Amino acid sequence: MPHLSTYVGLADHSEKTLADSLRAVAEGHAAEADVFHTCHLLAGWSDAHRERLRPVVERYGEDDSVTEPERLHADGLAEVRAGQVGLLRDLQDLHVLATLVQTTWTVVAQGAQGLRDRELLEIATSANAETSRQLSWLNTRMKAAAPQALIVDPAR
Amino acid sequence: MTDRIADIWGERTPHAKGTVWPARVDLHLDEGVREEDVEAWVPSACVLCSNGCGCDIAVKDGRMVGVRGRATDVVNHGRLGPKGLYGSTPWASSPDRLRRPMVREGGRLVETDWETAMGRVVQESRRLLEENGPLTHGFYTSGQLFLEEYYTLAVIGKAGLGTPHMDGNTRLCTATSAAAFKESFGADGQPGSYTDIEHCDAIFLYGHNMAETQTVLWARILDRTRAEDPPVVVCVDPRRTPVAEEAERTGGVHLAPRVGTNLALMNGLTRELFERGWIDEAWVAAHTIGVDDLRAVVEPYTPEEVAATCGVDAGDLRRAAEIFGTSDNVLSTVLQGFYQSHQATASAVAVHNLHLLRGLIGRPGSGILQMNGQPTAQNNRECGADGDLPGFRNWNNPRHVQELADLWNVDPLTIPHWAPPTNAMQIFGYAEQGSIELLWISATNPAVSMPESARIRRILGSDRCFVVVQDLFLTETAQLADVVLPAAGWGEKTGTFTNVNRTVHLSEKAVEPPGEARSDLDIFLMYARAMGFVDRAGDPLPSWNSPEEAFDAWRAASAGRPVDYTGLSYDKLRGPTGIPWPVDEEAPEGTDRLYTDPVFPTDTDRCETYGHDLVTGAAVTEQEHRAMAPNGRAFLKGAAYTPPHEEPSDDFPLLFTTGRTVYQFHTRTKTGRARSLHEAAPDAWVELSTTDADALGISEGDVVRVESPRGTIEVQARIGQVMPGAVFAPFHYGSWDLDGLAPDQQHRQANELTMTVWDPVSKQPYFKTAACRVTRVRAGDGPAPAPTTAASAPPPARRRAVPPTAGGGPTTSEVLPETPTYPNDPAAGTSHPAPTRTIAGRS
Repeated sequence: MPHLSTYVGLADHSEKTLADSLRAVAEGHAAEADVFHTCHLLAGWSDAHRERLRPVVERYGEDDSVTEPERLHADGLAEVRAGQVGLLRDLQDLHVLATLVQTTWTVVAQGAQGLRDRELLEIATSANAETSRQLSWLNTRMKAAAPQALIVDPAR
Repeated sequence: MTDRIADIWGERTPHAKGTVWPARVDLHLDEGVREEDVEAWVPSACVLCSNGCGCDIAVKDGRMVGVRGRATDVVNHGRLGPKGLYGSTPWASSPDRLRRPMVREGGRLVETDWETAMGRVVQESRRLLEENGPLTHGFYTSGQLFLEEYYTLAVIGKAGLGTPHMDGNTRLCTATSAAAFKESFGADGQPGSYTDIEHCDAIFLYGHNMAETQTVLWARILDRTRAEDPPVVVCVDPRRTPVAEEAERTGGVHLAPRVGTNLALMNGLTRELFERGWIDEAWVAAHTIGVDDLRAVVEPYTPEEVAATCGVDAGDLRRAAEIFGTSDNVLSTVLQGFYQSHQATASAVAVHNLHLLRGLIGRPGSGILQMNGQPTAQNNRECGADGDLPGFRNWNNPRHVQELADLWNVDPLTIPHWAPPTNAMQIFGYAEQGSIELLWISATNPAVSMPESARIRRILGSDRCFVVVQDLFLTETAQLADVVLPAAGWGEKTGTFTNVNRTVHLSEKAVEPPGEARSDLDIFLMYARAMGFVDRAGDPLPSWNSPEEAFDAWRAASAGRPVDYTGLSYDKLRGPTGIPWPVDEEAPEGTDRLYTDPVFPTDTDRCETYGHDLVTGAAVTEQEHRAMAPNGRAFLKGAAYTPPHEEPSDDFPLLFTTGRTVYQFHTRTKTGRARSLHEAAPDAWVELSTTDADALGISEGDVVRVESPRGTIEVQARIGQVMPGAVFAPFHYGSWDLDGLAPDQQHRQANELTMTVWDPVSKQPYFKTAACRVTRVRAGDGPAPAPTTAASAPPPARRRAVPPTAGGGPTTSEVLPETPTYPNDPAAGTSHPAPTRTIAGRS
């Protein structure tokens, strides 16, 4: 099952990228109190997903040798952008990263069903549901930030 | 002659369960004024807390000289509290009232005329509109204006300018109440009624020191707990308040959870209901959705787990759950201990969940009172001068927006509805960043009342933001303004307002305002006319000029919505009592309680919101909502407990929490100018537990320094009755009465220490979860200036060392031999004074 292990690895890796990026945005936009606290909270969810996945990774091995999904590895946000438009762009980047996480869980869940791996199926399904909540928050926050950022941000 | 400083709740009128609350008429007149000297009694309702007691204003020689409770009013049956009695009128003739507009010249505020002051506002407003459009404008209002003023401002902001940046200090006091209703029931609207007190078997007060915040409502409860067949009281509060004492007296429970752990406690109570089978399964199946998810969420919160998290006794938790689970009728009330604390909305929603799980809603005695902090907060929520659309409409529902566009005859795209209306914390954030360049503040004092005061002062004092302040006095906020507009206050203008249990009162103009002061309505209209706002037909917008016309326009806006005012009019409100909405063809005399059917306004096309994720605040989409097909069923929503944002550390080992005292209101604009109230609580203090005080070497009255990562205060310490680990400070004390001290030099403002963080759903700031440290500075010159009459009292063993608080001016209080008839009262027909063995519902 080389490809399933690759996708398990991708789930682990993309959750880590998302968690790191959420924390980078939290710290970089700490003046936005809700962004600071919520991004830290959501990063904790991604940590928890990885924690739950760990026994599965040990079972299947985390295979990075297969090349195709490697291209899917997205770079995280090492540093954030300034100002309201910057916040908007950073949230958009987080949304892209979280979408990668979500589709990865979808793919992993399909594999788990095929293998009748109940443990992995439960992890993938519940993690997927929480990724949806992360995406919903990002979407809600972008909608709220957009008008002011696009029209009257003094840093424009 | 009763001293109502010493006797906060006044004479008891105990009565049996199920009988009408007797009437007692309280009166206070200025020194030297006799009842027969009063030239006119002008009907109104009290504005010094959210209870909304009906009263008459005494007028003599063109001045307001006192107040008398209205015996026939459904809210108070004649009573008034200490704030209402002593504080309602002295401010009006205070020599430091604002009488003329002021503008900033060369860094100083100087008096000018209306033309000049309003001219500056209009000039700046026009310039910003031309350069950057309406998103440069923000409005921050109050819980103190009248309905007509909120609705007028809402139309100016939403249809005239088109800015989403409108909110009120209601965000600090009552936003969680509204948000929790929307999440559970689909729309705002108080389900219960004060009459539930007469019929309940148990009363749960969550983070609600009612004995101090709504003294007349507490008197109503005492009149049951001190009679035969009293309800059992359960109190959730980290302080040993009079409510906690009453809980013990009635065989109930005082649960004192660690600050910031309310949700863990609520999850524990909810789990017990499931565990013990105290669930009305059939009712839940018929009238709610989400029970399975809720059961799963609360499953880990065993009594032992909750005991460890919250620091409460597991047996006490079980006992509280048992009282809730086994009493026939339960009334719950909630206030700032939940609203201004960690996970506010989720905790307030959890109160609804408990009621829904047992079907305890919509019948006498089984009610929920999510309280408000202010007298007219409800109207800001209804009329949309805060982060809502008028009439509990859903900003996310194009048909609701179209209804408003039709009412106002404007393009629906003018009405900002592309995102949720901006909350107060975000408005100040935009002002800080420079994208809101005109901030108009009316009837509120954010320089003292908002969290992290140093930041708020910096924003208001910055050259980047043009600040307009409209108020009665030169408050700490007004001192930082670019233009100050003198406003008429209560009794100096006409309008309506609505209290916690939906009761609408008309408050008539009793006297002329001082100098050139004008009503807030006239000021807003003056701006609208000067700006030339018009509708699509070219007619003036707003289309009205008087309070009564504004009220009639609002009635039209409320038609068919849950908050229906169509059956009300000024004439109808001139009757003997306030009237609770909805008032329509079906309920021409008003509605005592909601959801008697029980059909909730959760239908996707009717609801005020599609709801949110209680943990993140993420919005539920229309499709998701429609897929759940709520169709009039209430939502059961749960959330897991998370630790507060700032926990005690080595540097800051204690938890700082703020609150009120019975004798002061808000930033003391009115109460601080009333002798009896001022002297009862003249200066700030902090309360420490005996344990912490002993460990820190602090004695009663010592001056202590309290520091958080954001600021410092130095005040006297009361060795009080907070739980160990917690430090309580009243938030009322700013700098306006400290001679010669600038706001940033003063030493006693509690919000110097609080943090900028808010609830993800209600966006209400958290005033009750900051870490702090306390150090002794020096001995004081006597006991702390904290009252001894309520929650700030020293513990019983130390009470003798502190003189009791007393010394209020004389008042009279008369228990009426015959109780008037109150419309809609479910106990109507019972005789009074009630015989002690009266059977419920029969005389």
